[in-house]
Amino acid sequence: MPPRNFLPVTLRTLVAWVVTLLLFFPLGWVFLTSFKTELQAIHVPPLFVFHPTLENFSLVQQRSDYLLFARNSLYTSVGSTFLGLLIAVPAAYSMAFFKTRHTRDILLWMLSTKMMPAVGALIPVYVMCQTAGMLDSVPALIIVYTLSNLPIMVWILFTNYKEVPGEILEAARMDGANLWKEFRHVVLPLTIGGLASTGLLCLVLSWNEAFWALNLTSAKAGTLAVMIASYSSPEGLFWAKLSAASTMAIAPIIVFGWLCQKQLVQGLTFGAVK
Amino acid sequence: MAYLQLQDIKKSFGDAHIIKGVDLEINRGEFIVFVGPSGCGKSTLLRLVAGLEPVTSGKLLLDGKDITYVPSGKRDLAMVFQSYALYPHMTVYDNMSFALRLAGVPKDEIKNKVEHAARQLNLAQYLERTPKELSGGQRQRVAIGRAIVRSPKVFLFDEPLSNLDAALRGNTRVEIHKLHVSLGATTIYVTHDQVEAMTLADRVVVLRDGLIEQVGSPLELYDHPASQFVAQFIGMPSMNMVAADAIPSFSAQTGGRLPGNGFLGVRPEGLHVHRGHGAGVPGRVDLIEALGNDTLIHVDVGGVQLIARQNERTPLKVGDDVGVELNPAVLHLFNREGRALAA
Amino acid sequence: MAPAVLTLFLWMIVPLVMTLYYAFVNYNLLEPGAHTFAGLNDFRYFVTDPDFWPAVWNTLLLIGTVIVITVVFGVLLALLVNEPFPGRGVVRVLLISPFFVMPTVNALLWKNMMMNPIYGVLADVWRAFGATPVDWMTNWPLLSVIIIVAWQWLPFACLIFITSLQSLDREQMEAARMDGASAPQRFFYLTLPHLGRPMSVVIMIEMIFLLSVYAEIAITTSGGPGNASTNITYMIYKQALLGFNVGVASAGAVFAVILANIVAVFLVRIIGKNLD
Repeated sequence: MPPRNFLPVTLRTLVAWVVTLLLFFPLGWVFLTSFKTELQAIHVPPLFVFHPTLENFSLVQQRSDYLLFARNSLYTSVGSTFLGLLIAVPAAYSMAFFKTRHTRDILLWMLSTKMMPAVGALIPVYVMCQTAGMLDSVPALIIVYTLSNLPIMVWILFTNYKEVPGEILEAARMDGANLWKEFRHVVLPLTIGGLASTGLLCLVLSWNEAFWALNLTSAKAGTLAVMIASYSSPEGLFWAKLSAASTMAIAPIIVFGWLCQKQLVQGLTFGAVK
Repeated sequence: MAYLQLQDIKKSFGDAHIIKGVDLEINRGEFIVFVGPSGCGKSTLLRLVAGLEPVTSGKLLLDGKDITYVPSGKRDLAMVFQSYALYPHMTVYDNMSFALRLAGVPKDEIKNKVEHAARQLNLAQYLERTPKELSGGQRQRVAIGRAIVRSPKVFLFDEPLSNLDAALRGNTRVEIHKLHVSLGATTIYVTHDQVEAMTLADRVVVLRDGLIEQVGSPLELYDHPASQFVAQFIGMPSMNMVAADAIPSFSAQTGGRLPGNGFLGVRPEGLHVHRGHGAGVPGRVDLIEALGNDTLIHVDVGGVQLIARQNERTPLKVGDDVGVELNPAVLHLFNREGRALAA
Repeated sequence: MAPAVLTLFLWMIVPLVMTLYYAFVNYNLLEPGAHTFAGLNDFRYFVTDPDFWPAVWNTLLLIGTVIVITVVFGVLLALLVNEPFPGRGVVRVLLISPFFVMPTVNALLWKNMMMNPIYGVLADVWRAFGATPVDWMTNWPLLSVIIIVAWQWLPFACLIFITSLQSLDREQMEAARMDGASAPQRFFYLTLPHLGRPMSVVIMIEMIFLLSVYAEIAITTSGGPGNASTNITYMIYKQALLGFNVGVASAGAVFAVILANIVAVFLVRIIGKNLD
């Protein structure tokens, strides 16, 4: 029987559910409101029971071209994830299996680059983009995101690769495998889980990223973060539309987040908490 | 000409000199055992032969070819690792066929070889299982099977039995021996267990501190150890070592050949213990170990601990006064540095 | 490995060097022409800007309060959810959701749906109790931002603590019970110390990320009214992109980087212990 650590079960269940529902309420409310008409949305007292409608979703598309922004979000997230993996996998691989004296220092230094608040690089990056004519372009955002996420990706992959027992690789070597075959037949199948989580993590982080998106892009390359920001000045009744837009912006990522919780903890604490 | 030659092999890791100069010639079909205490370099030596570590200096020749700088996969050697190192995500069949698949061997040939090896090792019904569904002993056999399938020039075993429990160890040892008899393959086997060394080897290589102490057949090492180290390493329980001046009546029986600062060695079966202070040196029983087929009697002779072995059961008890006699035919004499003197 | 290291190195060094350069010159986007060396002028302007001390104060207040809220409630929530009960899986999933919400959505959600004094849900709740609704953004700007940010980061802390609690040694707990320790005693002497490590990690990571809180401010209060909810990041942003004064903004950025790095040194020390 598990020790009764805190409170008796029924009380605990009640408290847990109440607290959780309270905390989740804002999100649930937004979700609900996206199916209301504008008048229903501002109804006082708030409505919990109503006839749902899908009109908001198409209105959002009309007003702000949801699809354009969604597409940009998709491109930047997927693009930066792909590019990131391309660089991070060989880097983590060589650090895990070809340890040198400097490996530890390099790893720590990589982490410390993540510590620099984005604002520190805002001006130079902005100026560089401007000079290169890359303001408001998807590639610029992809590059920035890739570089921001690279340390975390390398870190997670590194810890994953370290778990592969060295002897298995030696066995593969004795069996005649060269470096590439070792990777393809042994390391890859064993660490595909870590690869997937790293990719998912990068997707989530890029999708939600707001600072660079808001400062480097606008109408052409804006991501969903930018689209939502355009709702910040109220214009008439727009609660329901805002809710719909929000739901459309955050739903995919919340699902993703649910899927990769564990990896997030690892990635976000750089492995300090397992 | 020898099949596998190690010429003045040296290996250092930075300032640590692990292998200090090893010369060895191994003939085709021989079962060679590297044995020695922890840290003597036996595993390192094996890994040098395998090519998993590069030599610092020296040469390796296999079947006439210089393989010193040839990568592991191309040396035509197969290794059985201490922890088996099976590919966890592959079935037994895939584990055993991996090397052949990499080499591009045709599928039917692979099938034949794998199934043949599996039959030899009683693994035929496990071919579709993954390693985690197998017991320790079965995994070990898969590791061996993986090596057999390749028909390599030399088999390398790195302490393959140390992860098995005692009963399984005994059985597997016998199986490895029978396998060697049927395959006749050249084998290098590393172990710290001298029972394995004695039973499996054609010749034993005793290593100490990165150098070879002695090479010879098991019985040669047993009967004519070249040094104190080898004498006490081979044989269980170890040879009794007595300083020349510790038990004068023993030393007297060497006919003056034992130097004053040397050591006298006699194996437990070379000592005879009988009740009472009659013939021999007087002593007292410290401990009796009755093993069923053997009896070991620990005797304290004037402060010196001796162990005697006999086949019969004994009525002696702890504290009894006894006399210890020694059989001069099986004496070993060592000088102060520990080297054996001619008998 | 080399290309990755090189890339990161450039990414780190180039902006840093450029920022440092700008911080020491006169560079205003509205005044074209060569940059003249300005010594420590930019720094001085930054520090003597009327927004500076309020921004520092707001930053500290924001970071401090959010950390306290998230750590305290994070621990409590984690304890609550640690033992099994019906629906626990769903609860966990719901609890961590706010963390995945885009900061922009987060900001707007609270500003309009919750905190709007006329139509917001909080307004409805206030009215239900007969009180006049609070105009959060106008009267309590910093608090509003704090609420928004805390709501978003609470799941993070909670998740970390939940994970850490899973590795709490059961046998140790049982030994303590056999020794007669009560539940509060077990909490203070066993659970809390075990949580010490993740707590410091959470605190330090939050410190670093909270320093850069931006979207929540930009979209809700725009730092106002006045500078009531401006933090250092937003102030730099104002200088650079609204005031076009790149020099001063860069000086501010250098300041922020130094601050973050001081904290980072400690964090890296803890993480470094995890390597090899």
